[in-house]
Amino acid sequence: MSQPRTLLDKLWDTHEVTRNADGASLLWVDRHFVHEGSHHAFAKLAQRQQGVAAPDLTFGVVDHYAPTQGQGAARLMRASAEVRRMIEQLEANCANHNITCYGLDDPRQGIVHVIGPELGLTLPGLSINCGDSHTSTHGAFGALAFGIGATQVAHVLATQTVWQTRPASLRIRVDGALGPGVGAKDLALGWIAKLGADGARGHAIEYAGPVVESLSMEARMTLCNLSIEGGARFGMIAPDATTRDYVQGRAHAPDGTAWEQALAAWDDLHTDADARFDREVVIDGSEIAPVVTWGISPDQALPVTADLPAGDSDQTRAALDYMGLSSGRPLAGTPVDRVFIGSCTNARIEDLRAAAAVLSGRQARVPGMVSPGSSQIKAQAEQEGLDRIFAQAGLEWVASGCSMCVGMNGDLVAAGERCASTTNRNFRGRQGPGARTHLMSPAMVAAAAVTGEITDVRPMLKGRI
Amino acid sequence: MAGWSNHTGTAVVLPRENVDTDQIIPARFMATPRSEGYGPFLFHDLRDEGFPTMRVPGAEVLVAGRNFGCGSSREAAVYALVDAGIRAVIAPSFGDIFAGNAVNNGLLPARVDDCTAVTLVSALGTGQADLTLDIPSRRIMLGDLELSFELPDPAATKLINGWDDIDLTRAHAEQIESYRASREATAQWVWPRAG
Ligand code: SF4
Repeated sequence: MSQPRTLLDKLWDTHEVTRNADGASLLWVDRHFVHEGSHHAFAKLAQRQQGVAAPDLTFGVVDHYAPTQGQGAARLMRASAEVRRMIEQLEANCANHNITCYGLDDPRQGIVHVIGPELGLTLPGLSINCGDSHTSTHGAFGALAFGIGATQVAHVLATQTVWQTRPASLRIRVDGALGPGVGAKDLALGWIAKLGADGARGHAIEYAGPVVESLSMEARMTLCNLSIEGGARFGMIAPDATTRDYVQGRAHAPDGTAWEQALAAWDDLHTDADARFDREVVIDGSEIAPVVTWGISPDQALPVTADLPAGDSDQTRAALDYMGLSSGRPLAGTPVDRVFIGSCTNARIEDLRAAAAVLSGRQARVPGMVSPGSSQIKAQAEQEGLDRIFAQAGLEWVASGCSMCVGMNGDLVAAGERCASTTNRNFRGRQGPGARTHLMSPAMVAAAAVTGEITDVRPMLKGRI
Repeated sequence: MAGWSNHTGTAVVLPRENVDTDQIIPARFMATPRSEGYGPFLFHDLRDEGFPTMRVPGAEVLVAGRNFGCGSSREAAVYALVDAGIRAVIAPSFGDIFAGNAVNNGLLPARVDDCTAVTLVSALGTGQADLTLDIPSRRIMLGDLELSFELPDPAATKLINGWDDIDLTRAHAEQIESYRASREATAQWVWPRAG
C-alpha cells in the first residue's frame, strides 16, 4: 500500500515537474492571475524580451486601482492620471501578450479572488498563483493556491512554473457548530488571535471538521482568504458536494465529458484517513462569539463581549495608542466614524445579504460604502434589492474593486478616523495614513453602522435570520 | 543580480514586531516604476517616529522583531529596503512571501532564535555597530560575539550565486514541456472552457 497522504501532498505531487538538490520543487501552474500591480513583472519580461509561456492559462483583472464611482468604462472619467495609467498599463500588457483581461468595461470585472471562482476559472485540483497574498482564497476549492512576489510572477509568465519548497502541514479542525450571527470571519480572526499573526508561518493549512464541512463556498473562501493573516501562505479545504454544486455550470468550468473526467480526478482530493499532519489544532466552533480586532495586527482581536487588554507590553501599548483606545474599557461601545463593506474577504453575495439583513428598515448613524466583490455580484444584489436596503440605510452603493481595503484607487479613510471594516488588514495606515481599522464580519459592520459604535450584532438579528 | 557570501555593514535595531509590508512601503507608492528607485519610500509614514534607518543613513543591516515583512506579497517592500542600501534583515521570523521575495532580490532574511535576537538587540542598543554576516556558515559576527542564523539551503544557494530563476529553469524546459503534454493528455478539464 502506498503511504497515506494529505490533501497538500496530493496536490503537490500532482504539480511537481521536478525537484532540485536543495529540495525546492518546480511546480506547474494551472492558472495565473495578474492585476495592475503586476507591472513590475511585465517590465522584467520586457527587459529580457521574453514572451508569456501560456496565455491560455493567464488572466488579467482590473481590481486594485479600479475606481468605484460611476459605471463601466466611464469609471475612468473621474480617475486620477496615476490610476488611469495603472489600468491602461495592465490592459496594454495583456493585449501585447494575448492574455484575456477583465477590464472596467467588462461585466465580469471584479476582485481577482472573487471572479476566479465566480467564472469557474478556479477549480478543485488546480495549482493557482497570483501576485497577491490573498491567493490562498482559491484553496477553498481544494486547489494549491498561493501568493507570489513580482520576481515569481515574471517567472510564471515566462515558464508557467514556479519554484517553491513544500511547506509543513497544519490541520485546523473545527468541531461543534457556529451560533447564529457567527461566521467564517469570526472563526478566522478567532484562530489567528489564538495562534498569532505568524502562528501558521511555514505551514499550509487544511481546514476540516463538521463546522468547515457545513460552510458555504462563500464562507470557505473567507476562511481560506484569511490564512495569510495567520502567517500561512496556503489554506485549503477538501472539495465535496458543496464545491461541485458551486462549480458546475460556471462560464469556464468543464462540462460534458470534461466534467465527468474532472469529477473522477476530484474524487481523490482529500486527506487519507491515516495521513499525518506536522501540526494539529482543534477549535470548538460553539464557543466562538463575533470577533473584532482592536489593534494594528490581525491577531489583536477579541470577542465583541470582551474588554480591551491591559497595556502590559510595548506592543499592546503602541497598538492601543495608535488606535486611540484605553486599556481595560469594553470593546463594544467604541464609537466608529465610518463603515466599509467590501474586499476579497467579505464582499460576496452572501456577505451582502448578511449585512442587508441587519440594515433592512434601519438607518446608519455613520457614513459608509458598500463595494461588491464583482460586477456580477453587484448586478445580482441589485436584482435582489439589496442595493436599495443599503441606500435607504444611508450607505453608498458603489462599483466593484479593492477600494477601501487598500485605498490605491483613492477610496481612503481619513487620518484619525475609525472604520468598522469587512476587510482583512488592520495594519497602520492600510486604509490611509493615520486611519484606524477594526476588522469584523459583514453583519457586525452593519450593526456598527446602525448604532455608530462597535456592537454585538446578535440581539439585532432577532426575527431576521 | 550579483551573488554574495559574506558582508560587513553597519547594523541598527528596529525594535518592533509585525512590521508589515504596508509599513515598509505604503501602497500609494507602488505605481512607481522600479527604475526610479524605491529607497525614498522606505518606512515613509513612520519617518517622524525616529526610525533607525532615518537616524543612520548608511545602515545596511536591520535587526528587527518577530514576523518582519508580514502581510501583502508586494515585492516593492523588498525594493524599498534594497534601494535604501539594506543587505540583510535579522529577525526571529519573517512573513513567508517576504522572505522569498527578499532572496529573489539579494536581500538576506536571516532568521535567529529568540535568545540570539535578545543578544543582538542588547549589544546594539539604540546605537550602531559593524556586523558581519556569512551565508555559507550561517554565522553572525559582532565584536566578540559569534552567533548563528537559519536560512534554508535553496535560499542560500540562490543568494550566494545571485542566480536568475528564469535562466535556471530553462535547463528544465524539456521536463516542463513533457509535463504540459501529459497534463493536457490526461486532464483536459484543467484548460478553461471557452465560456
Ligand atoms: S480586496 Fe484587498 S486584500 Fe483583496 S486583493 Fe484587493 S487589495 Fe488585496
